[in-house]
Amino acid sequence: MSSIVELSAVELATAIAAGELSATEALEAYLEAIEKLEPQVDAYNEVLADHARATAADIDTARTAGRPLGPLAGVPLAVKDNLCTVYGKTTCSSKILADFRAPYTATAVEKLLDAGAVVIGKTNLDEFAMGSSTENSATKVTHNPWDTSRVPGGSSGGSAACVSARLAAAALGSDTGGSIRQPAAFCGVVGFKPTYGRVSRYGLVAYGSSLDQIGPITVDVSDAALLTNVIAGHDRRDSTSADRPAENYLAEVEKPVENLRIGIPDEFFTDALDPSIGEAIANAADMYKDAGAQIVDVSLPHSRIDTDAEGNLSSYAVACYYIVAMSEASSNLARYDGVHYGHRTNQDVDGIVDLFSLSRAEGFGPEVIRRIMLGTYTLSSGYYDAYYNKALKVRRLIKNDFDRAFEKCDVLLCPTSPTTAFEIGEKSDDPLTMYLADIYTISVNLAGLPGISIPARLDAGGMPVGMQLIGPAFSESIILRAARTYEKISGVTRLVPNMARN
Amino acid sequence: MSDAIDIDQVRHIGVLSRIELSDDQGRRLVGQLGDIVEYFGKLNELDTDGVEPMAHAMETHNVLADDSPGESLNPDEALANAAVRDGDYFKVPKVIGDS
Repeated sequence: MSSIVELSAVELATAIAAGELSATEALEAYLEAIEKLEPQVDAYNEVLADHARATAADIDTARTAGRPLGPLAGVPLAVKDNLCTVYGKTTCSSKILADFRAPYTATAVEKLLDAGAVVIGKTNLDEFAMGSSTENSATKVTHNPWDTSRVPGGSSGGSAACVSARLAAAALGSDTGGSIRQPAAFCGVVGFKPTYGRVSRYGLVAYGSSLDQIGPITVDVSDAALLTNVIAGHDRRDSTSADRPAENYLAEVEKPVENLRIGIPDEFFTDALDPSIGEAIANAADMYKDAGAQIVDVSLPHSRIDTDAEGNLSSYAVACYYIVAMSEASSNLARYDGVHYGHRTNQDVDGIVDLFSLSRAEGFGPEVIRRIMLGTYTLSSGYYDAYYNKALKVRRLIKNDFDRAFEKCDVLLCPTSPTTAFEIGEKSDDPLTMYLADIYTISVNLAGLPGISIPARLDAGGMPVGMQLIGPAFSESIILRAARTYEKISGVTRLVPNMARN
Repeated sequence: MSDAIDIDQVRHIGVLSRIELSDDQGRRLVGQLGDIVEYFGKLNELDTDGVEPMAHAMETHNVLADDSPGESLNPDEALANAAVRDGDYFKVPKVIGDS
């Protein structure tokens, strides 16, 4: 296999700009890798080879003509299939959008394209981003490149598997409750969710509008910084987009954070955590300490994780998250009615409501139906105060906990997931068990904060273990620099699964 | 299996959600939704008196665009994915007189 796919996005961009490598050569290397490994991984819903080749050819023409190139010129990237593109389809891995062709391209993807990136294709996800394993996809099951009997995580499992197996130099994912960070942890890559509002949501198919963010999945931290540079910024087409200019995260990423104070939240380290992961985090804390950082105990009481009498994981934050996310989802998915776009039933209907009900029943998968119904219930008359309003108050308490913790530290260090990648089919029988896989990531979305998952190390079984750094709002630079420090002091970066080795 | 929700409630939620449910599906959902709703009830263990609800992750208010004309989708673009199109319209079954 070509050594081109071993390069990072930063290295590719540099090589292409310097004329050492053409955009076409770079793309062909990835298309070759896809031909070889996609049958085992199944990361892509759609590979847009023709369109990618045309884009790469344009970049090469521009370069030889001496025209200025963008910071990602010629770099082959993948995009999660819930981001609208005018190229190819945008299916959200749902039958209800199986043939949908978006009339516009999402802002974040547009920015990548303006920077010269080559979009290779659209990656698989849990249907409408609802899930933690990519097993809820109506399209296909994606396999973890480190062990194909295991899940890649979710909902951005396709994007994470793709980057891990070197089937794209980097990818975009979306994160509502951990959907960038958890699959990144499972697949041994970097996954970054910026602060809510840092990246425009225009063109991201909405799941939980107060929680969703788009972010990069990459082979190392510098690439995450580069991609964040490109996609961040205010967008007048997204009224929740922060009116703050983007920063140059890549220019700063090599500078360690002076007097770095790292907070370790007590409540995340209970019996609920797999001991080998707890050990990996403790190990990471020691390495940071040896490098001069201060380790501080902090408390996030409302994010506490316990095990109940039946041995199930238990957390207020999970209950809060799912009420909020499902309520918002029930509203956001009301638009799929068989009228404007998407699947319409072929059955005889008894009026328009019947048209809606049958189209939706036929088009939505079981998890999506569950979430819509739960969200409808929690917002319905008589239950709104007990559930939705209550959850919004608990959300405030969770946010306040973080604010208090950040008075004592610059970033928090904690696990990304309570386990490493589980087996395909292992958790798919019980929805609640699957929800509890998100315990370490959801509080971050509720509070609107930025968080990154980076590989801590491989476990005894050779599976990647991720760790998470969380920061205050708009502290992307600090998080990226602290993450880069870990790569340097541990040597853990650019992990390659066996299937992708030369 | 939790009894937090019964079959009538499940059917009612199905109607509100505009999703047709088979009898089998309805029965399965009683247990699944019930378990999850019971889990949601955990939040009652927390005292939230006087706490301001937090609906937004970011404190912005009344973000409005200028009231000036600009580009938007033309009818062909907007109707490109329509299940059934009639001229410049999305076609649907008769609405008036339906329950």
